[in-house]
Order: sequence, then structure tokens, then C-alpha cells
Amino acid sequence: MASAAELAKTRARRDVRNRWLLSAPALLIILLAATGPLLIVLVYSFLAPGAYGDVKWQFSTDAWVSVLLERDIFDDTLSIADAHLSIFWRSVKLALGTTLLTLLFGFPTAYFIATRPERMREVWLFLITIPFWTNLLIRTFAVLEIIRNEGVVNKVLLATGVVEQPVQMLFTDFAIMVGMVYVYLPLMVLPLYASMEKLDFRLIEAGYDLYATRFKVLRRIIFPLVKPGVIAGSILVFIPSLGAYVTPSILGGGKNLMLGNLIELQFGQGRNWPLGAALSITLMAVVMVALLAYVRNAGDSEVRHG
Amino acid sequence: MPRGKAAKLWGVCVPDLPGKNAIEVRGVRKVFGAGEAQIAALDSVSVSIRENEFFTLLGPSGCGKTTLLRLIAGFDFPSEGEILLYGDDIAPLPPFKRPVNTVFQSYALFPHMTVAENIGFGLEMLGKPKAEIGARVAAMLKLVKMEQLAKRRTSQISGGQQQRVALARALAPQPKVLLLDEPLSALDYKLRKEMQIELKRLQNETGITFIFVTHDQEEALAMSDRIAVMSSGKILQVGSPWDIYDRPAVRFVADFIGETNFLDAEVVSVSGDRATVKLSSGSAIKATFPAGTMPAGKVTIVVRPEHAEVMPAGARAPVLGGIIENIVYLGTDTHFHVKLADGPPFIVRQQNSKSGPCGFDKGENVGIEISSDVAQILKD
Repeated sequence: MASAAELAKTRARRDVRNRWLLSAPALLIILLAATGPLLIVLVYSFLAPGAYGDVKWQFSTDAWVSVLLERDIFDDTLSIADAHLSIFWRSVKLALGTTLLTLLFGFPTAYFIATRPERMREVWLFLITIPFWTNLLIRTFAVLEIIRNEGVVNKVLLATGVVEQPVQMLFTDFAIMVGMVYVYLPLMVLPLYASMEKLDFRLIEAGYDLYATRFKVLRRIIFPLVKPGVIAGSILVFIPSLGAYVTPSILGGGKNLMLGNLIELQFGQGRNWPLGAALSITLMAVVMVALLAYVRNAGDSEVRHG
Repeated sequence: MPRGKAAKLWGVCVPDLPGKNAIEVRGVRKVFGAGEAQIAALDSVSVSIRENEFFTLLGPSGCGKTTLLRLIAGFDFPSEGEILLYGDDIAPLPPFKRPVNTVFQSYALFPHMTVAENIGFGLEMLGKPKAEIGARVAAMLKLVKMEQLAKRRTSQISGGQQQRVALARALAPQPKVLLLDEPLSALDYKLRKEMQIELKRLQNETGITFIFVTHDQEEALAMSDRIAVMSSGKILQVGSPWDIYDRPAVRFVADFIGETNFLDAEVVSVSGDRATVKLSSGSAIKATFPAGTMPAGKVTIVVRPEHAEVMPAGARAPVLGGIIENIVYLGTDTHFHVKLADGPPFIVRQQNSKSGPCGFDKGENVGIEISSDVAQILKD
């Protein structure tokens, strides 16, 4: 008969084996669908471009150099690639703007839903998720239909005599921002709601009772307590905004490029796969730096408060 | 001179007269819901709470006591009527403009702040200078004996300690009135007893008017200067613990507080503040009645179990007679459940002043003597 210690050992061994078996499908997907392709992208970024797309298998750092610098055609000197920089800057600017605006609109929305009676909350959440059922392209074209020169907004403005000429909204940064805020708003509302739902609303009463005005209750009690939701929502909105492709290409009209469009350009018309790969990895690096900064900052203030 | 300073701060005039009212509730009605589903949580409630008083709102759950407290705190607004704080109507003011603080049933301590930050929060919101806040927080920590735990998070301290922090936090801004919403209900029995004494001490030391909400009659009797008994959105009786216990005005009050015996009787005569009533057994006894009423005809009287005495049948002509149905021995005293000769049950509580058996048996015929001046005629 096996002793208790031996039995325990066998069981522990079996537990470990089961754990590996159970996590195998997930690990396999991560390896095949995430880590593997990412490695290919990394390798491609150090190769030379082929004539008709594709890559030539020879080591080259040209792609990485041209992420930020450009070679003059005539005298072969390097200078800062203004075009790329302005696209980087616009992407970061628009992504940050989108994050802030979704937070601005999403916070009261989430608060509103979280303070409804339990049954109504489900209805409101359902309404929030409805746009997810529709294709992104269709939703983006819907925004286009609203803000184009002959669109609903301009028609109303012209009819009421507010403006003489239609306001050019389409093909501007504003248009891209409107589109992205609309598309990514649910991604902000849902995590915000999740943390607000857990909020003990008696704490808010306690704040009012201790002479805190509405604004101070928001800043000193509600905001610190729902901060995990704010961070999660901001990350969920910032990352896809930074790499957005569909929205800027339709609403920006191909003039106002964002990083996603630039990358697409290199793999498509540009026929410079290594540069596209290098830009993709740069985008990832920007996201990671932003995330680290954000999380570090959030962690710091947490310590300060307590 | 904290009171004078508070007066200047809040712009409320505080005349220094003895026995003035801190809070006056006048004809307050509170309705929740609308149309058919309307529920009146409070129905024309009027009550005056004196300065420096430990005042308790006592009643079963759903009687409106917490609603009344929330109206005074400002979390809800009355549908009708006014609430005066030292003569000024505060009913339309938001809670952050009322010099009134609350100790919540759940304590509602801010989990993202330390004990000291919690206690200083009210002062900070009032815009007090840092030095003053520091000194006041230190004094409060000392008052509730929590000096060692100032830097702890509120999630890292026990329930009893959280209770003390909640008290200190509410007392720190030196409110004119402190509201306590069943603050002891989450504590275990021993801690609750300790905190009852502690609360009484804090009230004496700070001189702040306390309004305490509870459903625990024992707690109310032990701590209060005066008690208001509430039921179904109405205040039924206001009085000292002795008044409430010994001179209940209506059946609900007599029934809700302690054990009691109800007897049918008929008024024979009234002289001064005493009436002579004839019991169904034929004996006549003297009984008191609520001030402002004139008892007549058929009435109900109450007699507390400890105010009656069981004696061997036929020893003397007793007030009541019956058969012992049950004897319950409780250590400190013994309960006799007696079935009276004409039917109704009657409980007698006798203190076990001597050791050994009580000397009566189940099924025995006994007489019941009622001490003079203990029976009370009810209004209803």
C-alpha cells in the first residue's frame, strides 16, 4: 500500500501535468498567432525590400533608419523624416484626444448606468453594446454620412441659416476624432461601469456628510475608487486608437494619415515590407512606453493616497 | 470656545439659553414613490430634541426612524414640513452645508485613505489649516483610543476599531448634532456593551447632541436621556426611559419594550392623576394614566411581570388568581406563566433572591399580588 506521502506526491505530479495539458491550447494559440508572427515581423524589419513587395533575404538596417530619417536622393545625406514624425505626432495626439474624450463622455454615462435600479442597468448596458453588432465599416460610413458637406449636420446648419457655406468637417483630424470616439466609447464605458458598480454609494453620502461638495466628492472619493476602471478603459481605447486604420482612411480621406495607414502604405503601394515591419514594431514600442508610463503614474498616486 | 467658533462658521445664531432645542422637526411628512405606489415613510412627525441630549429614535425596522435621521442629515428632503437647527430651517440645505455629521451603520469609511486621513477629511473639506487638522485628528485619535493605528488603512483594522474611527471622523468637525444610525448593530454582544458605555462617555465629554437610531430597546433604555418610540411612520411616545418603560401610553409601546401583561379593566373613579379600576377578577386597584387623557369605561391596563408577585392561594385575598402553566428558571430570576381564572395568560417575573427551588409547582393554584402604583391605563 502506498503511503500518504507517496500518494500526495503522485497527486502533485498529476496536478502539474494536468495544468500543462489544460493550458496547452491557449499556449499553442499564443505561440502560433502572437509570438510567432511577431518574430517574423521583427526578422522582416532587418531585411531589404524586394522589387515587387516581399523581402530580399539579406541583412539591412535601412528600414530602421528610415523610420525616423530619410536619405536625400541627390547627395545621400540623412535628415529627419518630417513626414513620418508628423504622422507619429498626429497618431499620438489623436489617440490621446480620443482617450480623453471617451473618458469625458464615458464617465457620466457609466455613472448614470451604475446608479440605475438593477434591472434597468442591464437594459442600458445592452443599449451601449448595440453598436458592436454592426460592422465597423458601416458605422464609419454612417459618421461620414452625418458630417460630410451635404450631410445631416451641414443641411441643418444651412437650413437654419447658422452658416452660409457648408462647414468642412470631413477629411480633417476632427472627423477622425469624432469617428474614433464614437467607435471606442463602449470600450471606455464597460470597464468604467464594472468598477463603478462595485462602488459603495454610501461612501458618497459619507463624503457629502463631511462637507465635501459634489466636485470634491467626485475628485476625492469617486475618482480614486474607480481608478482601476479608468486605467483599464484608457488602455482599451488608447491602444486601438493609436493603430487605427479604417477610421482615419475613410474619415481622414487618405490625407491625414495615422500610423496604421502609414504601415498599410508600406505593405501595399510602397512595396517596402521591411519599413512596414519596422513601423509596426515602433508602434508597439510607443504603446508599451505609454502603458508603462501610465501604470507607473497610476501606481505612484495610489501610494500617495494611502 | 468651540461652540462660538462653530456659530460664526455656519452663520447660525446660537443663543445661550438652558434647555433650548437643537433640532425641531415640525409636521414632517416623507413620501416615497408616486401615484398608486406611494408609501408614506413618515407621517406628520413633530419632535423637539434638546441641546446636549442623548436622544434615541426607537422602533422596529421600517418604522421610519432611519428616514427621519436621513432627513436631518440631508440625504433626503421632506415632502412636507420643516426641520429647524437652532431655529433655522435646514430642510432645503444639501448635506455638505449642514453642521451635522453621521455615523453610518456600515461605517462607510473611505477605503483609499488611512485612519488619520479619514478622521481629517471633514476638516479638510471645511478648508481648515493643516496644523489645525493635524492637532484635531490627534485629539480625536486620543479620544477614541486609536493613537497607534493612525497610519493604518481602514481595511486593516477590526470592526470595533472601524466603529471608533467612524465616530472620530464624525466628531472631528465638531458638529452641532451627531446622528448615529444603528452604529452598534454589527458588533458582537460584548463589544456592543462596551461601546454603549463608550458612546455615553463621548457624549458627556464632547457635549454634542446625539440622535441615536436603534431597534434594540435594551440599548435605548441603557443610553438615552429621552426616547421616541416610532411605528409605521409616526412617533407614538416621547419620554425618558423610565416613562417609556413604566408609563407606556399606547399598546404598541408597552408591547415593543420589554415583556408585559395586558388586562381588561373598567374605570370606577378618577381622582387627581390616579384612577381606580375594577379588574375582571372583581378586585379593584389604582392605576396611572397618560397625561392629558381622561380614562372612562372599559380600558386596557398594563402590568410589568416584575411588578407582580406569585403567592400561595388563600394566604391573603389576592388581586388575581390562576393556575401555574409553566415555570421558566433563568438563573437571575424565574418566570411564572400563569393562566388566570378568567382565561388570559399572565407572566410574573420573580428575582431569585434565595437559592434553591422557588417553592411552587406546575398546575398549582396561586394568587397574584400587584404592587401598588405600577398599573398603567393605555390610551388605546
